[in-house]
Amino acid sequence: MRSTAHAFKENARTAMADPDLTKALTKFKTGFPLKRAQAVAALPEFEALRDAGKAIKDHTLAHLDLYLEVFEQNVRARGGHVHWARTAAEAKEIILRLCREAGAKMVTKGKSMVSEEVGLNTALEAEGLEVVETDLGEYILQIRKEAPSHIIAPALHLSKEQVADDFRRVHTHLASDRKLSEPADLLTEARVLLRDKFLNAEVGITGANFLIAETGSTVIVTNEGNGDLTQTLAKTHIVLTSIEKVVPTLEDASTLLRLLARSATGQEFSTYTTFSTGPRRADDLDGPEAFHVVLLDNGRSALLGTEMQEALRCIRCGACMNHCPVYHAVGGHAYGWVYPGPIGAVVDPALLGIAEARHLPNASTFCGRCESVCPVRIPLPKLMRLWREKEFEGKLSPPAQRWGLGVWAFVARRPGLYRLATGLGMRVLGMAGAKRGRFRSLPLAGAWTAARDFPAPAGKTFQELYKARRTGVHHG
Amino acid sequence: MADDARSGILGTIRRAVEGQRDEAAARAAVADRLARHARNVIPLRAQLPPAQQVELFQRMAQAVGATVELVTDPARVPHMAADYLSNHNLPARVRVAPDPLLQSLPWDRRPMLEVAFGRATADDQTSLTTAVAGVAETGTLMLASGPDQATTLAFLPTNHVVLLPLSRLVGTYEEGWDMLRARGRGQPRTVNFVTGPSRTADIEQTPQVHAHGPGRLHILLLADM
Repeated sequence: MRSTAHAFKENARTAMADPDLTKALTKFKTGFPLKRAQAVAALPEFEALRDAGKAIKDHTLAHLDLYLEVFEQNVRARGGHVHWARTAAEAKEIILRLCREAGAKMVTKGKSMVSEEVGLNTALEAEGLEVVETDLGEYILQIRKEAPSHIIAPALHLSKEQVADDFRRVHTHLASDRKLSEPADLLTEARVLLRDKFLNAEVGITGANFLIAETGSTVIVTNEGNGDLTQTLAKTHIVLTSIEKVVPTLEDASTLLRLLARSATGQEFSTYTTFSTGPRRADDLDGPEAFHVVLLDNGRSALLGTEMQEALRCIRCGACMNHCPVYHAVGGHAYGWVYPGPIGAVVDPALLGIAEARHLPNASTFCGRCESVCPVRIPLPKLMRLWREKEFEGKLSPPAQRWGLGVWAFVARRPGLYRLATGLGMRVLGMAGAKRGRFRSLPLAGAWTAARDFPAPAGKTFQELYKARRTGVHHG
Repeated sequence: MADDARSGILGTIRRAVEGQRDEAAARAAVADRLARHARNVIPLRAQLPPAQQVELFQRMAQAVGATVELVTDPARVPHMAADYLSNHNLPARVRVAPDPLLQSLPWDRRPMLEVAFGRATADDQTSLTTAVAGVAETGTLMLASGPDQATTLAFLPTNHVVLLPLSRLVGTYEEGWDMLRARGRGQPRTVNFVTGPSRTADIEQTPQVHAHGPGRLHILLLADM
């Protein structure tokens, strides 16, 4: 996927001016957090599970090479194949080759953010393959030629009217006056249409939520069942996934599964959790004849042993973006790449480079809600702050901002000067704003006062008030 | 190129982690963890006496839109299946998993019910399967592919009926894994955890049942203990 992360500011401005998007986000920002809170309240062990989830991931990452080798060994022992890809280009090349070898004309796909990351669909289509996304949200986006705006609710930015228009535009073989006013009408139409694709595809591609070293299994979690039809009906099942998804055992995966749905959608458990191990056995009644796992690195291994390693614990639940005030305001597309929200602000600079994605770690109020809901306790604000430091060190921020910070740092390191400067500033602002108690406009704060008033200071700094209180000198 | 990629990725990982660990101890820790496959945090909710386990399973399955019925005599199952179909105005046809338990049922007592064993086809509207286990914790069914169970039966038909002997009802996923391991057949190609009928909320965050998998999930709990 091509990044527009460098244009975050423009993207965000456009997003906030979009009334349809604002409406969708208004519903989103209360719905998901409320459901999560209810699911968490219903499970007293949730905090202990978060600790356990973090411990599983930390242990696995510390032994990642060993668990990947065991995983590979066990996939092979069951008749499957493992392919290693350092880059997006290598992953695409491998999958293209496998599709050719399978004689594929049509490929169905389950939802996979890694496939968005490598830009798989474009690559397969360029070779003449028909690629069909089968998750309802992803299907809608595919016919709109859009990217997902959320990692688990990819089409949340769209209204049912927009989807109905797209279905009429694309499904031209159906009666043009058919009823498409309700979500149920749209779902039925997509289900019937996609059923035919499931039955005729030669290759089914899914992602994986987890890989299990103990058994060589890949795990997908869905509510629709599309991933299961994708991987059961096609002759070849290809799993495109990334190296940090491996966990040691079925028990470890079970612990993380207790966290995943509750954190993501607030469900106790998703409808379908599927463990796939090798191709169909000799006496099996159905299932794919070939099973391939493509393990993508794409910059992840370089994070190991660095402060960013903690980001590799991510289980892609989306809770951080569900609870992020910045995401709530601008939506996912503004971030400009595959992973939006707080986890995107940490992962995207790592995968794209800080020069391209430098705005994303700055798109945070550091309110800390993301960290407080992360099921594997990733310290997202801390990691965003680290990226800001790297941005500053790399001299990537604009000169005016660097100069401003330099002046502030000079003053802040000199307490006497700091007290003098802030005291003077507060008195001037306090006098200027004494009449109204607020400013309608203020030099250098136009962005703030354009939308709301700036409260006028009371004329004294916090330090002055604190000192006065400590020494018992009260100000009338 | 393939070998280069593999050694390249594993090499980068090793350079990052090696300094922080004792190699022999690390290998021993990994082998031990895999061999013991120890349980982590287990919710108290699922650690119940059998009778309450049944009640919890039923409540959790119903909460996600499954329907549950109790059956005391296996000979009643063909009648219950036939009645279920007629109550929902469905054709009197069912695709049944070739599981010994399901094959042993007296299907001839409902001669008007068309019964075929095997994997599901695109035209099948209703399937009947068993499950390796029922997990009370979240009302989840655990299905395993094999000569006696086809994965398509749980996804292609619109209506999925599951006969679950109460002796297979457990509290947690971990107990389900132990039941699967105890079969001694190794990890099957596919293990499906099924919790309610298929659903989606991809359009305007509106929850809807019947996405791609079945729109109805009906569970017959068979009292066999």
